[in-house]
Amino acid sequence: MDIKRRASAGTLESSDVLISVRPADKLILKIESPVFAQYGEQIEKVCREVLAAFNITSGEIHLQDQGALDCTIKARLETAVRRSLSQDD
Amino acid sequence: MIRSLLFIPGNSPVMLQNGAVLPADALILDLEDAVATDQKDAARTLVASALHTVDYPKEIIVRINSFDSDYWQQDLEEIIPLRPQAIMPTKCSDSSTIRSIAEKISELERQSNIGEGTVKLIPLIETARGVLNAYEIASASPRIVALLLGGEDLTADLQCERTKGGKEIFYSRSSIVIAARAAGVEPIDTPFTDVDDDEGLIEDAKLALSLGFSGKAVISPRHLAAINEIFSPQAEAVKYAREVISAIEGAKKAGKGVASLHGKMIDAPIVSRAKRVLEQARRLGLPLED
Repeated sequence: MDIKRRASAGTLESSDVLISVRPADKLILKIESPVFAQYGEQIEKVCREVLAAFNITSGEIHLQDQGALDCTIKARLETAVRRSLSQDD
Repeated sequence: MIRSLLFIPGNSPVMLQNGAVLPADALILDLEDAVATDQKDAARTLVASALHTVDYPKEIIVRINSFDSDYWQQDLEEIIPLRPQAIMPTKCSDSSTIRSIAEKISELERQSNIGEGTVKLIPLIETARGVLNAYEIASASPRIVALLLGGEDLTADLQCERTKGGKEIFYSRSSIVIAARAAGVEPIDTPFTDVDDDEGLIEDAKLALSLGFSGKAVISPRHLAAINEIFSPQAEAVKYAREVISAIEGAKKAGKGVASLHGKMIDAPIVSRAKRVLEQARRLGLPLED
């Protein structure tokens, strides 16, 4: 499944993450995080699990992390993807 | 025994995280008024994800959107599989609303292989009709464990000003206590909304306690310590309760139905209250001996 429309979820407040998704030819994951050196791999893993659950194979996913926990990253990405897909209806 | 119930905005990751370590007896994860209309989906997903991940060492109540909104069914569909202790339906004005929500919860419990009746209900009474129908609402489902009075929406419905003294909600407070006690559920008082007025908070909570409320909703973590203290049995009350039980046991041994303590007659209602105080103290882990 492709990301066909732009959508976003979350905020730039502390402990949150702002996630924007938009169409792209392939799957691109851009992660900005103050804790990228320590947790970058884990953040990517959480994102790839959510994208796999939605069968997303193409789209640009841009995360602006403010120190969010995994459960927040998961929720915000799910919301962004659902918003993007619901606009396809 | 729930003394303090802290509202947590459902779309705030930092508050959802911190809630786990705050000294509230219960958290009310709010999907209703604290969440903007265009963020209802985000809050629902965030609360569900937090419930799935965070191990909250306290009661979790989820306040869902009102029955006349487009969201309450989706709220239940995402939240019930995660087994919160209770759901808080809002603006409850009659028993039919409660029955519809309870039926939907039953359907979702069956689908999720959760024992039917596991998730409880704490209706929020915040309309004039709700106050008038409070007993009917409290008796509408065996899931109901408490009623919460919502003073802000209620005074808007009553078309009067909400004041710190609370004269305008005195009748409603008493009505909720009587209805809840008659139905065998707990009455919980409306929050005190001035975060910086510590003395006003204490006065308001003591009034609620004197009317028969068993706990109070809270909108700021700053209020938790005072509310927990006020709604806990005080050391003097625990000491007196022990004396009452001792006196009545002595009277029973002497073949009498009543006893005398400090010049006052001790009979069944006083013994019943003493037992309740000791039970509350035991549950809270308070010292029962000197």
